[in-house]
Amino acid sequence: MTASEKRGRGVGSAIAGQAVPILFAVLCLFGIWVAKITPAFLLGELSARVGRNSVLVLSLLLPILAGLGLNFGIVIGAMAGQLAAVLIVHWGGKGILGFSEAWLLATPLAVLFGLVTGLLFNKAKGREMVTGLIAGFFANGVYQLLVLFAFGSLIPFHDPGMVLPQGYGLRNTVDLTTIQYAVDNLVALRVTLEGVVTRIPIITYVVVLAFCAFNLMFFRTKLGQQLRAMGQDPHVAAIAGIPVDRNRLIATILSTVFASWGQLLFLQNIGTLNTYSSHEQVGMFAIAALLVSGATVTRATVGQAILGTILFHTLFIVSPLAGKALAGDAQIGEYFRVFVAYAVITVALVLHAWQIARAERE
Amino acid sequence: MIDRLLGMVREMGVPRLLIAGFVVLLFATAVATHMDIAALVTDSIVRVARNGVLVLALLPAIQGGLGLNFGLPLGVICGLVGCVIALNAGIAGVAGLLVASGIGVALAVPAGAGYGWLLNRTRGQEMMVGTYLGFAAVSGMSIFWLLAPFTNPTLVWAIGGKGLRTTLSLGDSFAKVLDHWLQFTVLGVTIPTGALLAFLAMCALVWWFFRTRMGITITAARSNPRFARAAGISDTRTRVQASVLSTVLAAIGIVIYSQSYGFVQLYTAPLLMAFPAIACILIGGASVTRATVAHVIIGTFLFQSILTTALPVTSQVIEGDISETARLIIQNGMILYALTRMGKESA
Repeated sequence: MTASEKRGRGVGSAIAGQAVPILFAVLCLFGIWVAKITPAFLLGELSARVGRNSVLVLSLLLPILAGLGLNFGIVIGAMAGQLAAVLIVHWGGKGILGFSEAWLLATPLAVLFGLVTGLLFNKAKGREMVTGLIAGFFANGVYQLLVLFAFGSLIPFHDPGMVLPQGYGLRNTVDLTTIQYAVDNLVALRVTLEGVVTRIPIITYVVVLAFCAFNLMFFRTKLGQQLRAMGQDPHVAAIAGIPVDRNRLIATILSTVFASWGQLLFLQNIGTLNTYSSHEQVGMFAIAALLVSGATVTRATVGQAILGTILFHTLFIVSPLAGKALAGDAQIGEYFRVFVAYAVITVALVLHAWQIARAERE
Repeated sequence: MIDRLLGMVREMGVPRLLIAGFVVLLFATAVATHMDIAALVTDSIVRVARNGVLVLALLPAIQGGLGLNFGLPLGVICGLVGCVIALNAGIAGVAGLLVASGIGVALAVPAGAGYGWLLNRTRGQEMMVGTYLGFAAVSGMSIFWLLAPFTNPTLVWAIGGKGLRTTLSLGDSFAKVLDHWLQFTVLGVTIPTGALLAFLAMCALVWWFFRTRMGITITAARSNPRFARAAGISDTRTRVQASVLSTVLAAIGIVIYSQSYGFVQLYTAPLLMAFPAIACILIGGASVTRATVAHVIIGTFLFQSILTTALPVTSQVIEGDISETARLIIQNGMILYALTRMGKESA
């Protein structure tokens, strides 16, 4: 291949890489125009959504770096966060102190869950994504068994406000008002835009920035470089003396822990826990958000995580309104955004597999 | 003797033995608590006949080297379109069933071919691509159901007169036409002869197909692509054939499912349909790379028996519905087990 050919391909793939976010931005702008959404409304909604979802999206980066692909197992981390939230609220944790306790409590749980997930990934090399997806479903069953049957029967847990009338099993929703806005309202800036008061949760964004900084710095550490080498070629990395299996475990554990923290950050903004469904879509939405930015199964940056979160959630806000304006039915917009989430993941997976297949042929 | 026993256990696999043990335990509990065993057996058989063809649809994909076909909803959607068209036209009875299946198959052939073409370009990631292609197709079709130009007032929402309802009753159309055909009762157990025969006939057809020239080449290309190429078989083609066959069977499978269930379920209903079917065939003894018709029949029987008996039996012992939780754990535990064992067995 000559230099010019190489450059030609580089430019081509650069445009292809940007095609997804550009297309998405156009889609968002079209929706905004059709539904006549005001910037004040959009920014207000977006400020809350980006704040509460970014950490979950950032939790996907390390496994991608290590060559594990998209970690569909972050659902399991989210469950750890939810269990911690339930226990802390039950024990009367309040405000930022209660929230910090929940983070502390979620950590060992998430480490344990991440360890198990990582061991599973090591047994299913090359099929980590589908394994992670199914592991999430499986963990959901175990979570239900625990929360719906063991809480209040095997595990002593008596709280008439949280437990079902039968005496065991948590109610469908758990009220988290005691820790709601614990982080968001710590230092909040109120901005009045076109008469609409928008709250900007400063500390939440500081936390998000801290996670960004951690990821950026981690890439530069020895372990980060080892993960990168593994992501490029696990066989060469193993020959070079990198403990591949151990590092894969570390990447999975960190990702799971971050997901549990991210889910807690999400819940403190929402204020209620849907005991049996809050975690289910976490993986899909976080992954779709990351991919919208043009990230791939093998390459994703901190900037892409943030850009993707902003674009994806703009579409989330816009599409039901646009559906209503266009077809007189908000339901269409809701189906549309779910379709987009799945379609984006599908396209990314297809492109990824396509590239691998082509690389193998060459 | 002990060695042979251990060998048998290894052959069966520990999870499979556990599940068989669980079925025995459930029925034992039912007997001990004086439950209506005949009704439980009846329900189990009905569910086997209802789900059987959907499970069978996975077989060609496994035999063709595509792995577990998580893209099953693709075929299911084709069958659903067939059902809706037949309903909209008001074709009832066996004719309705045939029209629905016919349209389903006609749509499934190109859909399966396209799916196979895509899977050929995404080798090694078939399961992940299949899963999300299925999800995307189901959610895309949700928009279609809402906007499609169906006008029959029994199908569309009463208010607004637009958009199909989430569940359509087949009561006046082809509900249970197979189940009620030659139906008879023995010892209190009602046998849905027609539906069972349809399932077994499809099994026989697939069994026979994998003994024809085309079927043998599909299997040969999967088990040794290089050798097959030397013999003039291109596995690119056989994989597409396998995917078409799998999608077509899924389309027929959902029509049979709907007639037995009595309702057509649209929108998000097909989203997770692949997973229980996959659990069935795995419980029956199939692996990601090898499956037989016997695996389909045994697995469907075991898993569907658990699903039907778990709720009534466990509710005798504990309050609350533990069966859905048990289903999640067994179903996904089984798939996880198969995924982690993929490299260990000879293909």
